[in-house]
Amino acid sequence: MSAPAAHAPVTTARSGGSAPEPRSGRRKPNVSFRHRVSAWDRRYSPYLYISPFFILFAVVGLFPLIYTAWVATHDWDLIMGQGEFIGTENFMAVLGERAFWISLRNTLSIFILSSAPQVVFAILIAYLLDYNLRAKTFWRMGVLIPYVVTPVAVALIFSNLFGDRFGLVNSILETVGIDAIGWHSGTLPSHLAIATMVNFRWTGYNALIFLAAMQAVPRDLYEAAELDGAGKVRQFISVTIPNLRPTIIFVIITSTIGGLQIFDEPRMFDQYGRGGTDGQWQTMTMYLYELGWTRSDFGQASAVAVLLFLLIVAIGLVNFIITRRISSSEVKR
Amino acid sequence: MRTTDHHQGEDNTSTPASAERPRADRTKSLRRSRVLQGVALSSALALALTACGGSADGGSEDGGAAEGEDVTLSVTTFNEFGYEELFEEYEELNDNVTIEHNKIDTAENARDSLRNSLGAGQGASDIEPIEVDWLAEFQQYPDRFEDLTDPELEDRWLDWKYEDAVLEDGSLIGYGTDSGPQAVCYRADLFEEAGLPTEREEVAEFLGDSWEDYFAAGEEFVAASDSAWYSGSDNIWQGMINQVEVPYQNEAGDIIADENPEVRDLYDQLLEASVENELSAGLAQWSGDWSDAFQREETFATMMCPGWMLGIIEGNAAEVEGWDIANTFPGGGGNWGGSYLTVPSQGENIEAAKELAAWLTAPEQQLKAFEVVNAFPSTTEALESDELLSATNEFFNDAPTGEILAERADAVETQPLKGTEYLTINVAIQDAINRVDVDGIDDPESSWEKFVNDMEALR
Repeated sequence: MSAPAAHAPVTTARSGGSAPEPRSGRRKPNVSFRHRVSAWDRRYSPYLYISPFFILFAVVGLFPLIYTAWVATHDWDLIMGQGEFIGTENFMAVLGERAFWISLRNTLSIFILSSAPQVVFAILIAYLLDYNLRAKTFWRMGVLIPYVVTPVAVALIFSNLFGDRFGLVNSILETVGIDAIGWHSGTLPSHLAIATMVNFRWTGYNALIFLAAMQAVPRDLYEAAELDGAGKVRQFISVTIPNLRPTIIFVIITSTIGGLQIFDEPRMFDQYGRGGTDGQWQTMTMYLYELGWTRSDFGQASAVAVLLFLLIVAIGLVNFIITRRISSSEVKR
Repeated sequence: MRTTDHHQGEDNTSTPASAERPRADRTKSLRRSRVLQGVALSSALALALTACGGSADGGSEDGGAAEGEDVTLSVTTFNEFGYEELFEEYEELNDNVTIEHNKIDTAENARDSLRNSLGAGQGASDIEPIEVDWLAEFQQYPDRFEDLTDPELEDRWLDWKYEDAVLEDGSLIGYGTDSGPQAVCYRADLFEEAGLPTEREEVAEFLGDSWEDYFAAGEEFVAASDSAWYSGSDNIWQGMINQVEVPYQNEAGDIIADENPEVRDLYDQLLEASVENELSAGLAQWSGDWSDAFQREETFATMMCPGWMLGIIEGNAAEVEGWDIANTFPGGGGNWGGSYLTVPSQGENIEAAKELAAWLTAPEQQLKAFEVVNAFPSTTEALESDELLSATNEFFNDAPTGEILAERADAVETQPLKGTEYLTINVAIQDAINRVDVDGIDDPESSWEKFVNDMEALR
């Protein structure tokens, strides 16, 4: 993913500085060894300087990716290791299981319930923080506090709040006269509860990213808008949002990756960590974990990992296209 | 957990690059700083990775278990083994030994972690516990564990406890720790309010010794009380299924759970009692609501009680008065739980680990663990000792718990054949039961169909 961006400096270094000189060196018939070394230096050392990133990326990024795909085509036991090559059988087995489709549904549902409100609220909070508030740093640090709490602690607290029988949320609902909600038995209620945990944790973090981007928006744009008679809302829609475009894309893509890989919160949502008696909140990563660790079938678990990867890429692309279109049409207006 | 950390790590590395891509062609200085950032990030990542690698094989230090040489032994336990004081005692007895205790919350997490270590070929403790429900599962990998056969120790345990851990080739995979003969725990105060007998012997008679009697007694109780008869069906299920000789897999290892009429009959009988006759409080075992319920006014009156459960009740019901234990068990006797200590072959201090495992499971030490956490012994000598038979439990109205549980141990007739998939299947059927009793999202028939589906997926 990050390869093209990091690749850019290489081309500049070559065309900008070192390229013309080797050419002049080649014309001379008696090139000294020192010359040649320095030519090599100019020619190859940039690659050496940037190589740590690529080596690390290959080791921790690319290799696991390819190896996972390799495992997915084999009969592979967690303990006994590699078995026979079985082609697409693991994929067929996984796609044929009801649990897989349920986990896909849950993942998408929790992802939408958490990511969409998260981005909206984060932008609004950032907009508020962008004003000249008293005790600015206090408020800004305040929104980050939930992010500092570990997800497991958050999940423990929230799964208590959302207890079916004696949880705080249901007690409040009952005093108000609303029926208690089966947070751990219903599908949608459980997704809402988990999305609440995710939003609690990530909204403040994203708000700070948006805030940083908002402060980079040139102030004269607002002045010009004000002169043109634009109100606060109009300024927000026509000046702030279009200028946040790259940041929105970034936040949406990272929250897509994070949201589709969600694991800690649903796993800690009850005492068993399997995603409910009927898989009400079993996400794809939890399903992957169940296949790989509980059932010991690394082949099928890897197949799920590959499918999840493809899903993330697909949704990431869709998000990218949509956000691009939205924000560029805003600019034209 | 490790997987998630990894994902987050990946997120972090990919963010700066992709974030700044749209602005990539602005200035050179920006680019240079991006390269620097990349290098900084990747080296940070490298550091993090080495740190991970370092912690994975920490714990087992130098090899060689020769006398007098310093060794550090790591021991994993789950729930409450009651070993903390024993470790100190062992360290005092053996100056050269240091013990590291790795305590895991639930049996299932302990199992997952052991699977993971065996798969990775490293990371297991020198001594790892295996519970009886997943013993057969790990017996599939005999070459990953040391053979603990020792002629001197052969007669130490109850026959079934020992034989369960013997592999086909005659080697021994683990030394037995505790066992789980079950009695029935009950709330004498709630019995009294409902106008039922409260004395231990009378209650035992009232509860009867078959499941029909037990459920009938429950109907009588529920009619006269606001509380339920038991916490949830999954607690009762453990009592029932541990009396079935061949429950989920036959001798050949084929899954028969969904075709076994015995299993289906128990399932129907239990859910009829729980849902139709409203004997169940509808609480899933170990859930937050379940632990809370011990302290509530409207709660439940009885519980299936292996020795180790006494400590759990005492913990959850602290300050609640009225718990007692009756010397009976529906359907005869039954054993729920109990573990073994194994020595994985990947360890570096195998001989020292074997010695410690043998010491921890010796009759004297089993009695000490019983004293601390009510882990009921599995060695013949401990079972016959006066210390055990004269033990009483203050929380349970000074009941002679040692004597009662010893009698319950004698009443155990069947040791079920637990196959390689026992735990997975039992989890699936408990889910099926809880879908009906706890969540109320299925009726017994539709929930059973889902269970049949699960079995198909396992085959």
